Amino acid sequence: MTATGIGAPVKRKEDQRFITGKGQYTDDINRPGQAYAVFVRSPHAHATITAIDASAARTSPGCLGVFTGADLAADKVGNLICGWMIHSKDGSPMKAGAHPALAQGKVRYVGDHVAVVIADTLAQAKDAAEKVTVEYAPLPAVTALSSAQNAGQPQIHAEAPNNTVYQWHLGDKAAVDAAFAGAKHVTKLDLVNNRLIPNAIEPRAAIGDWDAGNESLTLYTTSQNPHVTRLVLAAFIGLAPEHKLRVIAPDVGGGFGSKIFIYAEETVCLWAARKIGRPVKWTGERSEAFLADAHGRDHVTTAELAVDAGGKIIALRAKTKANLGGYLSTFASSVPTYLYAPLLSGQYDIPAIYCEVDGVYTNTAPVDAYRGAGRPEATFVVERLVEVAARQLGKDPAEFRRQNFIKSFPHQTPVIMTYDAGDYEACLNKALELADYKGLGARKAESASKGLKRGVGFSAYIEACGIAPSQAVGSLGAGVGLWESAEVRVNPTGSVEVLTGSHSHGQGHETTFAQLVSQRLGIPIEQITVVHGDTDKVQFGMGTYGSRSGAVGMSAIYRAIDKVIVKAKKVAGFVLEVPEDSIDFNDGIFSSKATNKTLTFPEVALQAYIAHKFTGAQLEPGLKEGAFFDPTNFTFPSGVHVCELEIDPATGATRIDRWTAVDDFGTLVNPMIVEGQVHGGIVQGVGQAMLEGAVYNQEGQLVTASFMDYTMPRAGDVPSFKVAMTNTPCPSNPLGVKGCGEAGAIAAPAAVINAITDALGHENVAMPATPQAVWRAANAAPQKLAAE
Amino acid sequence: MFSLFRKGKKPAEPAQSAASVANTNATPTAAPARGTATLSPSGGRMVKVSMTVNGKAVAAEVDARTLLVQFLREELRLTGTHVGCDTSQCGACVVHLDGRAVKSCTTLAASCDGSKVVTIEGLAEGGKLHPMQEAFREHHGLQCGFCTPGMIMAAVDIVARRGSGVSEAVVRADLEGNICRCTGYHNIVAAVLSGAAGMAAAGTAKRHAAE
Repeated sequence: MTATGIGAPVKRKEDQRFITGKGQYTDDINRPGQAYAVFVRSPHAHATITAIDASAARTSPGCLGVFTGADLAADKVGNLICGWMIHSKDGSPMKAGAHPALAQGKVRYVGDHVAVVIADTLAQAKDAAEKVTVEYAPLPAVTALSSAQNAGQPQIHAEAPNNTVYQWHLGDKAAVDAAFAGAKHVTKLDLVNNRLIPNAIEPRAAIGDWDAGNESLTLYTTSQNPHVTRLVLAAFIGLAPEHKLRVIAPDVGGGFGSKIFIYAEETVCLWAARKIGRPVKWTGERSEAFLADAHGRDHVTTAELAVDAGGKIIALRAKTKANLGGYLSTFASSVPTYLYAPLLSGQYDIPAIYCEVDGVYTNTAPVDAYRGAGRPEATFVVERLVEVAARQLGKDPAEFRRQNFIKSFPHQTPVIMTYDAGDYEACLNKALELADYKGLGARKAESASKGLKRGVGFSAYIEACGIAPSQAVGSLGAGVGLWESAEVRVNPTGSVEVLTGSHSHGQGHETTFAQLVSQRLGIPIEQITVVHGDTDKVQFGMGTYGSRSGAVGMSAIYRAIDKVIVKAKKVAGFVLEVPEDSIDFNDGIFSSKATNKTLTFPEVALQAYIAHKFTGAQLEPGLKEGAFFDPTNFTFPSGVHVCELEIDPATGATRIDRWTAVDDFGTLVNPMIVEGQVHGGIVQGVGQAMLEGAVYNQEGQLVTASFMDYTMPRAGDVPSFKVAMTNTPCPSNPLGVKGCGEAGAIAAPAAVINAITDALGHENVAMPATPQAVWRAANAAPQKLAAE
Repeated sequence: MFSLFRKGKKPAEPAQSAASVANTNATPTAAPARGTATLSPSGGRMVKVSMTVNGKAVAAEVDARTLLVQFLREELRLTGTHVGCDTSQCGACVVHLDGRAVKSCTTLAASCDGSKVVTIEGLAEGGKLHPMQEAFREHHGLQCGFCTPGMIMAAVDIVARRGSGVSEAVVRADLEGNICRCTGYHNIVAAVLSGAAGMAAAGTAKRHAAE
């Protein structure tokens, strides 16, 4: 390992601009002549629009235009899309209603987009928006997931009877039913995976810019995947041909999934810029983010685990209703299906698994991928079931897990996935040691002596990252391939630009990707710039989500570097006058046994460009190579998190006393950054378990629509964490990396709830386990832990 | 902004001092040097404001409803100060106003007339990073960077109020007014504690010369 190579805790190159206030986020950008957009949003969860009167708004000072769905339709602007086709168990395709960028006659959630007002200044646009009169005929709203499919419920989209988008399933039902029939013990739980609001601290923003001379459009936007945004806006929404549309995602202030999707606002800003002939800027307010950014999770599940007489898990089945909101967001359909059920084997050797999922429309904001996307929901099901089963059987939860762990690899689960590598016992052993599990009894007694209840909870999670093998996801309904591209441009002086289709919005790619190049080309990290987030600079890419940037994005860079080295050896061969296959390249030096001369990497780069030592017939000048990397499998990070907490039964106050995380992410590129990802993930998971929950009332009003009503985790809510790693390299990519972005958020909710239920002696406590909820549970009769 | 001061020892709430300055502005006789009030394009009252920002005197005529954060970002193009919410909860907009941390998203620019303002862009001196900036980089106290300017300004204020021996528990409690969605706070807290030591080593736990 070099000081700046793979495995080194290199301080981040990008930090200088962020700590000095020189970052360049979308709202920091202003274009000459820029106008401002404000959206008129529905105050109703479900209503027919009977009239829109914009006459007063149009004559309001500074107003440049008021546009509605009719204007978009007149210009043949396409609807927003959902890019993953799911088929129901009867073989029928999912039943999706149209998703217009501005409402066409009907609104389907509070915050739905009805009109856009554009004016010279933001204040003028706000004033004019106040003068748009919209007449609604309110309709009854569907807000309860559990009853949304019942007969007699209001119909949200005519295309989807009973508000049912699909009734999907995975696994062998007959085998599972047979296993349950013969089981010695069955554990059954009703679980709610609470609805979350992503709340990246930078609100979404967009600037549409029309260049009349070149007849081209530029969109500056808060995106995790600018190329996908361009593809959708060009090919489906039809705003401009792809080669006449540039999408720039500059510094982006956190995403967590919510900035993957192609939303109404950027679509409308881009269209309107051409319409009025001026740049159009929209910056979301936090209340708009609460109302209209895609939400996450929101499952209702009944799950069962079958165990034989020897304590071996023999089957798992789950029936889940997944809330998809009022429209299908960009990847909404895939999250509760192929990103969820294939993870229901967890870390365990479970011979038979069957899962049914109903995707359901409700009059709420669209629901889509949020940190982990399906995998936290799966881990919550598995780890709650396993924990409760162990307690019901009188077994130590850690040892019950150990008994049922998968112990040899590769391992084919009954739900699609082939786990390639792992060592689950190694993680568990290390976690038990670091968490001082042996001392738990004494700590519980000490807490009890103070009138407090102490509990411990495990979560042995699995994740499928490195999304994804293109042919495999294509066969499952994905509308795109999920490879990644890279280009390595070596300059004549030997400095390097790396162009990547990944996008960094906190992950530190400008550092970690440079570490890879530094190590492999033997050049200082200061000589390397990572370029991302601009479709005019980077040819194509699929963006950053699902911990794919290390396993897929860096692998593409790795392959491009391979090609650079091959070409550079040819150049070196001509310069050193030795056969190219005799040349070795190590630590930035080209050498050959055939000569005692050597060349540095910058010397070879210069020779590649001046091209004095070879003819054009012998070799092309220049040193620039690209690669597309399509993975052969998902990667499977895993780990064991242990939450130990203390509850004051008098108040319900719950204090996390210690948190131990032992994760297996394969090769670590930058352990400092990896640990940071784990910390952040844990706190988002703790937020879900103890603090956060989106609440709609019966009328479909979002009750938790500000930071004063929706409880974000703050520094005082969490402790510092003990984070450690084990390492089984991933065999399906050249670096052996697995991905670390979601781990904490996947592991944490089950760890917290397992700890709270352990402390209270309850079978189940719903999320978020707020002080009030914990107090109620602590003061209720203990739930029986008897078997079914 | 109040949470930042709830446990502080300074007697004056920033909102009170802000209000008194705003009243001065609203009374033309109290500010005879200023020009006649005009109307903004959308009919709002225009006011002249002058203040010292990062050591430089600035003056402008702005719509009376202009917030300090808008003045900094739009008029002065100091875009390091961010807006993350509408309810003075997230703290991405924290700047120092006359030596105290305030949330510039809920402070009227007009109320800062005659004040000294320091933003994240003014924290480094002579090209040398403030110890708190160094500490955030050293301890990986930032990921996406959006909350970072407000976080650093709040952290400097915590050390100024609490002293360089401030404890982890107090740092966590006093960061109540700043939300980070990326880091889980672990490394932010480590950075603040290290920055506190750095500020002490630099000779003072004061903020910076601009104040």
